[in-house]
Amino acid sequence: MSDLADCTVLAGRSVRLTRRNPDAVITALVLPVLLMLVFVYFFGGAIETNTGKYVTYVAPGVLILCAGYGASMTATTVSDDMTGGIIDRFRSMDTGPTAVLSGHVAASVARNAAATAAVLAVAFAIGFRPHAGPAEWLAAIGILLLYITTLSWLGAAAGLLAKTPEAAGGFTFAMLFLPYPSSAFVPIDTMPDWLHGFADHQPVTPVIESLRGLLLDQPTGNSPWLALGWCLGLLAVALPLCAVLFRRRTG
Amino acid sequence: MHPAAEADWAIETRGLSKAYGSVHVLAGLDLRVRRGSVFALLGPNGAGKTTTVRILATLTRADAGQAVVAGHDVTAARSRVRRAISLTGQYAALDEEQTGEENLRMMARLRGHSRSAARNRATELLERFALTEAGRRRVSTYSGGMRRRLDIAAGLVTDPQVVFLDEPTTGLDPRSRRTMWETIGSLTRAGVTVFLTTQYLEEADRLADHVAVLDGGRVRAEGTPEELKKTVAAQRLDLTMTGRSAYAELAGQLGERALHRAPEELVLGVATDGSAAHVRTLLDELDPTRAQVAHFSLHSATLDDVFLELTHE
Repeated sequence: MSDLADCTVLAGRSVRLTRRNPDAVITALVLPVLLMLVFVYFFGGAIETNTGKYVTYVAPGVLILCAGYGASMTATTVSDDMTGGIIDRFRSMDTGPTAVLSGHVAASVARNAAATAAVLAVAFAIGFRPHAGPAEWLAAIGILLLYITTLSWLGAAAGLLAKTPEAAGGFTFAMLFLPYPSSAFVPIDTMPDWLHGFADHQPVTPVIESLRGLLLDQPTGNSPWLALGWCLGLLAVALPLCAVLFRRRTG
Repeated sequence: MHPAAEADWAIETRGLSKAYGSVHVLAGLDLRVRRGSVFALLGPNGAGKTTTVRILATLTRADAGQAVVAGHDVTAARSRVRRAISLTGQYAALDEEQTGEENLRMMARLRGHSRSAARNRATELLERFALTEAGRRRVSTYSGGMRRRLDIAAGLVTDPQVVFLDEPTTGLDPRSRRTMWETIGSLTRAGVTVFLTTQYLEEADRLADHVAVLDGGRVRAEGTPEELKKTVAAQRLDLTMTGRSAYAELAGQLGERALHRAPEELVLGVATDGSAAHVRTLLDELDPTRAQVAHFSLHSATLDDVFLELTHE
């Protein structure tokens, strides 16, 4: 009866549906790994960073990019549910929006956790050597999970806003694009001046900087606090937005 | 609450109205559905059938009027209504990429069954709907009829008191339609109230204890299929005229008396009790020169006649 139990059932459902959708598995797992290989082997040789090997610099960025792909999938799956008949059944069974949407988000977090593990494993294999103690790892994973959760809720909102699943995928373009004008793949000071203002102050940069600082044992400054602030702030927007959009959609 | 009334009616609505923009889909709908009966809401496309079902199943709010389902108001006690009903809409509410069994287990879990209870319930329902074999396959491999059966089964994971079926056989082939009729029949044997919508008169005739004809957002007629047929005429005499002018002349003469008009085929239908004497009298009256009627035929009134009579422009 409770939302939590329903959420668990629906998260299990989403994970199962992802596993049975080959495209989804490729997007969620293979694409991030491929992207990392592309960055490291195609572009890496040309990029100068202060972290020694480029793979060490870029691995956290790839984790972030990967979260964007995962979250965009939430938009599509939510939209699928909203445009098909199943949402009517859920509603007529008194399974509320909280359970339906948090089921999708929980599945998204699980999907992304698997993708993160895959990216890290490949990163290790090609020379990624972080210098982090258990506390730093824990903090880094915490920030990453919070970031993934935030993006997934934004994805859910996009899914509720879009009229079709295809359009929902389009809404999430920003999530996929934002890591590029940040310090995810190249240091910001190598970008043109006019981009610095945006790159320094957009939400992805502090998340990246926190991950990199924590994993590579470099000073993080106030990045973790900024990251926390951005994520919680965006969540504070996304959650009520989802509630409003769901009601509008099913009114 | 009124215990007596509650025992009688599974669904009761008063003055339900709903408009989308300037389109009045429902314009004061009054319905009563007896507990344990099969009720068919019959109407052409766009008559407001789906809107009615959505309001009764708590998915859409009416603009005005009241609806009580299984003893609870659909607006004030939405959750209680939801616990007492199941809805099978026009579009299968199933996950294509889950197996039949997984779909049922999921629904049962969402309805609060434990993991093992959900598994048992799924097995039971698959067996009851002749889907045991198919239960292990993904729904994407199912035929239209199997999908509908599974969809109905999914609504039955917690013995609902009222089952809503929105056009349960639309798009099914004749054999699957027949199977679906048996399925629906078996629901009422378990004491469930079935509220179905259909555009097929044969279906309403076959299944329903009580039929309401909906058109333009209002009930145009209601009663048992038999009662409705009687409102038209027990029998209909169809006259095939010899030509256009003969047709036009008789059509003018009959006016409102013509129950059936088919100008293309030059056929006009009038009410009769079907006795030889009455048919002879009618023929003499309508064709005194014996030159204008080419053929005649007798028809038992069908719900089609009622329907066309009530919903024609």
